[in-house]
Amino acid sequence: MNYFLDLFFSGLTRGSIYALIALGYTMVYGIIGLINFAHGEIYMIGAFTALIIASLLTVLGMNGMAILVISGLAAMVYAAAYGYTIEKIAYKPLRNSPRLAPLISAIGMSIFLQNYVMLAQTSDFLPFPDLIPNFAFMEPYSDFIGSSDLVILLTTAVAMLLLTIMIKYTRMGRAMRATAQDMQMAMLVGIDVNRVISFTFIIGSVLAAIGGLLIASHVGQINFYIGFIAGIKAFTAAVLGGIGSIPGAVLGGFILGLTESFATGYVSSDYEDVFAFGLLVLILIFRPSGILGRSENQKV
Amino acid sequence: MTAILKVTGLSMNFGGLRALDDVDLRVEPREIVALIGPNGAGKTTFFNCLTGIYPPVSGTIFMRASSGKQSRLNGLPPNKITAKGMARTFQNIRLFPEMTVLENVMIGCHCRTSAGILGAVFRPRAVRAEEQRIVDSSYKILTRLGLTDVVNDLARNLPYGAQRRLEIARALATEPALLLLDEPAAGMNPRETAELNQLIGKIRDIYEVAILLIEHDMKLVMSLSDRIYVMEYGRRIAVGTPVEVKKNPAVIKAYLGE
Amino acid sequence: MRIINEIKKSFLVALWFMFLTFPIMVIKVNPLEKLIVWRWHNLAMVGIASFFISFLLRCAGRWRKSAARRPPALTMKGLSNNPRAYYSALAVIALFSLVFPFIFSAYETSIMTTALMYVILGLGLNIVVGLAGLLDLGYVAFYAVGAYSYALLNYHFGLGFWVSLPIGAMLAAAFGILLGFPVLRLRGDYLAIVTLGFGEIIRLILENWNDFSFGPSGIANIPRPSLFGINLSLAASTIYVYFIALLLVIFTIFVVNRLQDSRIGRAWIALREDEIACQAMGIDKTRIKLAAFAMGATWAGMVGVLFAAKTTFINPASFTFMESAIILSIVVLGGMGSIIGVVIAALLFVLLPEYLRAFADYRMLLFGAVMVLMMIVRPQGIIGKVRRTYVRGQVTGDKRQKNGIITNLL
Repeated sequence: MNYFLDLFFSGLTRGSIYALIALGYTMVYGIIGLINFAHGEIYMIGAFTALIIASLLTVLGMNGMAILVISGLAAMVYAAAYGYTIEKIAYKPLRNSPRLAPLISAIGMSIFLQNYVMLAQTSDFLPFPDLIPNFAFMEPYSDFIGSSDLVILLTTAVAMLLLTIMIKYTRMGRAMRATAQDMQMAMLVGIDVNRVISFTFIIGSVLAAIGGLLIASHVGQINFYIGFIAGIKAFTAAVLGGIGSIPGAVLGGFILGLTESFATGYVSSDYEDVFAFGLLVLILIFRPSGILGRSENQKV
Repeated sequence: MTAILKVTGLSMNFGGLRALDDVDLRVEPREIVALIGPNGAGKTTFFNCLTGIYPPVSGTIFMRASSGKQSRLNGLPPNKITAKGMARTFQNIRLFPEMTVLENVMIGCHCRTSAGILGAVFRPRAVRAEEQRIVDSSYKILTRLGLTDVVNDLARNLPYGAQRRLEIARALATEPALLLLDEPAAGMNPRETAELNQLIGKIRDIYEVAILLIEHDMKLVMSLSDRIYVMEYGRRIAVGTPVEVKKNPAVIKAYLGE
Repeated sequence: MRIINEIKKSFLVALWFMFLTFPIMVIKVNPLEKLIVWRWHNLAMVGIASFFISFLLRCAGRWRKSAARRPPALTMKGLSNNPRAYYSALAVIALFSLVFPFIFSAYETSIMTTALMYVILGLGLNIVVGLAGLLDLGYVAFYAVGAYSYALLNYHFGLGFWVSLPIGAMLAAAFGILLGFPVLRLRGDYLAIVTLGFGEIIRLILENWNDFSFGPSGIANIPRPSLFGINLSLAASTIYVYFIALLLVIFTIFVVNRLQDSRIGRAWIALREDEIACQAMGIDKTRIKLAAFAMGATWAGMVGVLFAAKTTFINPASFTFMESAIILSIVVLGGMGSIIGVVIAALLFVLLPEYLRAFADYRMLLFGAVMVLMMIVRPQGIIGKVRRTYVRGQVTGDKRQKNGIITNLL
């Protein structure tokens, strides 16, 4: 039973991270119809920035909580800045190009960022400081759920809640929904579409950075390549739930996390990534609109 | 059973919306039939169902090939339907923009030719002869449609009116028995429309095709059509000769309101 | 006044990039030893570089606006209209490639062979991406299929290189069709992701299925190609492999050239341009897509066999997504659909990092940057493509056969 619970909670933890990253894919796709291939790299850069700042503060002799807060903020700020800049450089000039052009540009951006971090930092795995403290009250449950699992789950829940409120009730949220429905029309009624798009990239990037920080602290090491696999898996989650749908991304993230956790726990851990890729291929082939997505009708 | 196209009880849904409701239609050989109706009446949807882009919910579509053989078109993919002899143009022009005018028409010959990968690599005499045939017949169509001067221009560089004509040329290259034109005069000025009017008549006579067209320009419709079908809200509300349709109270109501 | 304004804006851009790259470029941490290195010179470099790039782009943008039209695409039209210059150029290239292994060292010949292999890979992927417009991010999987075909056929059945070459190509083509079937209905961007997934799945299987593929340790002692049954010395074998690669390049160019100028090739381009109109013209989308996947995969399979024979050792690490990305960037840089562009791009991408050692580390960084830049500045590639013109009544005569290559290559 404990083994089952252990797999279940580690699946949920994984799932929350996937969900956090998947939200970035799904929001960007919903608004400009682009698979932001470089999104995984934003997550990686978020984790790296947190690592660098945290190490710096450790050397300066700060204590645990302050390090967590400051490095977390830095990760979010920098991820947002990168997301914003990437959109301006690699996607905005291509907004009216054929569909493959921005996608190729995104792939190029992803490769560029990976190598940028590798060259400027290192290609080795770096140990990531354990920023999340161990809570005493979690001791009795430590067989199947750790403190960092709890923190990850709670943080994800709060982030989702804030995002939902933002999209439902704020002016910007309304503008985002309008732009997602019909960009031309949104422009005509006076919405500053460029701002909405930038904002979407920023929000997506911040969520990815939170995910990056949490998982890096949970797993304990990072390198420049973590964004690639995490990116594809989060994309799988987004497609699974129905790309363009925000609850879909969360649902997809949890389903993928649990599937992976149970599959590696009960079947084989060698093929961990194959399960995710296989799932991705199967959904795209049999139900490309995902669980909560609506199928698009081709306009002729 | 002489009709070249016979549609009975065609229906189509989009979500909860009934886009086509039990539509009947027939086209006789070498006849020009117009399909008119207010925007959103389901005319283009009707075309899309005929050409296999949308699968209709119910109803039957029968087409008679020049050999006299009847065949059912429901459920066939678009390319098979084109091979059976139905060709179309699109309301918002869908040319192959980065190909030349001639190549656009040559693509139309695809389903009437057969060279495969091996043929392309080894180029035996038969393939070379076939290529020659494709070029020659494409040139011929372009000449008839007055596009000789621009054969080697990229399709995207053509003026609007010429693009519309090129779409017709490309459709003709598939050697159709029935040609579907979706708003061929849209965006044209009165002079161009008048030319188009003549051209469509000429195409019917030279290629001996039947033509089914969707059009909003009433002058064009009235002067060209042998018969007119009127649609509103996915239903057929009238059918008849131009004179009959013009007098039909249901049509007047649909167009002018109460 | 305008200039001052541009300088001001460029200055702000430079500041922004200095801020952006600050933690990653300037601070280098060693968390184990708690060491921190500050690299302030990087900050200065980023600032200066981004200032000048931004300033130049601004000026270029202004110039382009005032010039009203983009500069005409660089094409080989001038050359092809002058058969004499064209044939002399061709003769020089032919002569150079023939004597190359005899005037350069074995090491350089080996590098050149690699470059030629990338030419073939680029041309093969060009069929799928450039002509048919299907973005295949898992192309390396077919390359792996070819390489493992030869390695395993040799290991289990002792089959030689020349027998394995067509088998590897056919197996890869079969895999191409196998992969093609399920993805037929997918839209462009989903297709890209699914092919990426397939590519990774194949690599992971090779890595984990030890009984079949010997896992991450790979397969060693794969024989080099033999010449009429004679086993060659290492040096002679290097030269021999070079000529095999050269031959395959010529063969590929010949076939791809004829393909793109055929009924099938036109159908591929039509598919790329507009899928719905393509079907409405009576083209069987399914068949034409499968044909593109199969044809593209064939070349990858062949190069895979050659790769196994050249290196005599293969393992799954040679077939990562990065490899697919390199081949894709060759196609992108060369100009989708342009043969000569792809050839130049492949040579550039492989040889430049080899000969300019300083470049080697920045190879992938540059590939990524090139992909972004090309999409924005020159989506048509370095060599713009000129559509072929047809002449009434004399296209297929022998005369055109002679001139064909000239017009068609471009």
